[in-house]
Amino acid sequence: MSPRDLFGAALRGLSANKLRSLLTVLGVSIGVGAVIVLVAVGNGSGKAVQSRLEAMGTNLLTVSTTGGGGGFARGQAGPSAQQYALTLDDVAALADRRLAPDVASVAPVMTSSGTATNGDTSYTINQVIGTTPAYLPATNTPVGTGQSFTQQDVDSAERVIVLGQTTATELFGRAQTAVGQTVKLGAVDFVVRGVLASKDSTGFNDPNATAIVPISTLRATQAGYGALSQIVVQAADKDRVDLAQAEVTQLLTARHQVPATTTSPFRITNSAQILQTSQDTAATFTALLATVAAISLVVGGIGVTNIMLVTVTERTREIGIRKALGARRRTILGQFLIEATLLSLIGGAVGVAAALIMTQFQLAGVTPVLVPSSIALALGVSAAVGLFFGSMPAHRAAGLRPIDALRHE
Amino acid sequence: MSADALIDIRGVTKTYGAGETAVHALRGVSLRVEAGEYVAVMGSSGSGKSTLMNILGCLDVPTRGEYFLDGSNVAGLSEDQQALVRGRKIGFIFQSFNLIPRTTALANVELPLTYAHLRRAERRTRANRALELVGLSDRADHRPNQLSGGQQQRVAIARALATGPRILLADEPTGNLDVHSTDEVLGMFDELNAEGRTVVVITHENDVAARARRLIQVADGRIVLDEVTR
Ligand SMILES: Nc1ncnc2c1ncn2[C@@H]1O[C@H](COP(=O)(O)OP(=O)(O)OP(=O)(O)O)[C@@H](O)[C@H]1O
Ligand SMILES: [Mg+2]
Repeated sequence: MSPRDLFGAALRGLSANKLRSLLTVLGVSIGVGAVIVLVAVGNGSGKAVQSRLEAMGTNLLTVSTTGGGGGFARGQAGPSAQQYALTLDDVAALADRRLAPDVASVAPVMTSSGTATNGDTSYTINQVIGTTPAYLPATNTPVGTGQSFTQQDVDSAERVIVLGQTTATELFGRAQTAVGQTVKLGAVDFVVRGVLASKDSTGFNDPNATAIVPISTLRATQAGYGALSQIVVQAADKDRVDLAQAEVTQLLTARHQVPATTTSPFRITNSAQILQTSQDTAATFTALLATVAAISLVVGGIGVTNIMLVTVTERTREIGIRKALGARRRTILGQFLIEATLLSLIGGAVGVAAALIMTQFQLAGVTPVLVPSSIALALGVSAAVGLFFGSMPAHRAAGLRPIDALRHE
Repeated sequence: MSADALIDIRGVTKTYGAGETAVHALRGVSLRVEAGEYVAVMGSSGSGKSTLMNILGCLDVPTRGEYFLDGSNVAGLSEDQQALVRGRKIGFIFQSFNLIPRTTALANVELPLTYAHLRRAERRTRANRALELVGLSDRADHRPNQLSGGQQQRVAIARALATGPRILLADEPTGNLDVHSTDEVLGMFDELNAEGRTVVVITHENDVAARARRLIQVADGRIVLDEVTR
């Protein structure tokens, strides 16, 4: 029997029971579609997290003090809380190229919160940041309209402010109109120098609900002369983040005379590490989704076996007739194997098509990103599923003795 | 009798099941049929006629005894070779027609030709010729459920003839047919035998048996009568 004849016989077999074939195809296509879509969703969410983190700057180190160190609990007042507090002198030391050659720039961070008013309009800014101009490039925070304040503004504690998008729109309606206007923060008037470009959210807080002022001004008008909340350090290069981290640790340990026996009171978060961690998490997530999808593919495969078993049982007499007319074992085997493979391949093709359509849309807030290999894999697996799951019923059919098949009721 | 009869079975027994419940369908049958003979097999229900026929057609294997078909021992043939024998040397006609459902008369007739690896065009011609022979050219595109019993049996005969087999085995071919259709089918057997084909037909009807030239009576798994009638 030529392949064309076998193919024709298989197609006729399938079309004899259209609804049943259709449902089986549906089972396989759901499996294949699920694999492609879920892998794309996993991949897409991974990519999204990655691009957000990259937007934050990948060569960024954030230094904060845990206030702890040997014996003293976090937040507890004591000599070590004073001893380990981060200061502007630390910032100056870290900015010294000779002491920390792999550090590109350093910015101090003090935060406070406060209510800003513009005439009758008021808005509670949950994060007012006092810093130096170096903060903006280091944290990848570009100014959208207007401009940043300068080092001169910091030196002379000018009352100037750069607003986040949300803050600006809340206070002035449109962000563009804010520049040059005056905002009251607490009891003090600030002149708006610029408005930051809008930032994507990386967490639950709106990163646009901020305001940035010179650190000297913040200290003089709002927060007093306490410790810094953070020091933001930009490494000179993506590949030198680890070196920079080591230098920062060493410098701070030396400057604050941390005893060798205590755990470091400084916490340094490395954005590259966070990126790595979240990429690992995304990979795990994708693998999990793929596993779930693979299970549904297997279930689809079992559907193929089931239908082929029913088909073989139903057509046992026909198999007997075919054998009586001279059909060989491998002809019967081929016919049923092709039927099973066709079922799962058609299912695979439908699944791929459905997946291609579905991945055009946002799913659960994630923009799916197709993984081409998942399409090839899903199609390959669906063909294999047909062969594997179809072979048992097909062998059963082919192995029947003609007389037993003919006598089948 | 020539040394190599077309069909030659020796001491064939067939037992279904084992022990207490064993059924001895054939209890030692020896039979030679020469090429070109026309044999009728009669016997009461359950005497073993169909069992014998299935063994002759290589659809079943004997429990004991030997079967030489056209000089070669069937037991020594591989599964594929047996399939080949069924396809090329033997044409079957069953009481229940056994056409493949949902498949046109023409496709049914083409089937054994497909298994004999004939090319598409050749198959078409031969199948059409076979249908013409049984007078059903105008029903080539009909499915079995669109044909009368007599027409279905004629399609089955066309299918059995298509490969030009030397032996025609028919198990109660007219069992489901009326007098008129029976006459048509028997007329066809006469013609086929006249062409030189060997015909073995199982029947319960005397006037069917009367068309044959040799009558074999089976009773309780044994041949009890074997005579030339014409
Ligand atoms: N597959 C089987 N398993 C067990 N016993 C069987 C089987 N096939 C046939 N038999 C038994 O073998 C005996 C002969 O059966 P067979 O079909 O050859 O009879 P038959 O002569 O063709 O009868 P009929 O004229 O009714 O068709 C019967 O007793 C039957 O019950
Ligand atoms: Mg019978």
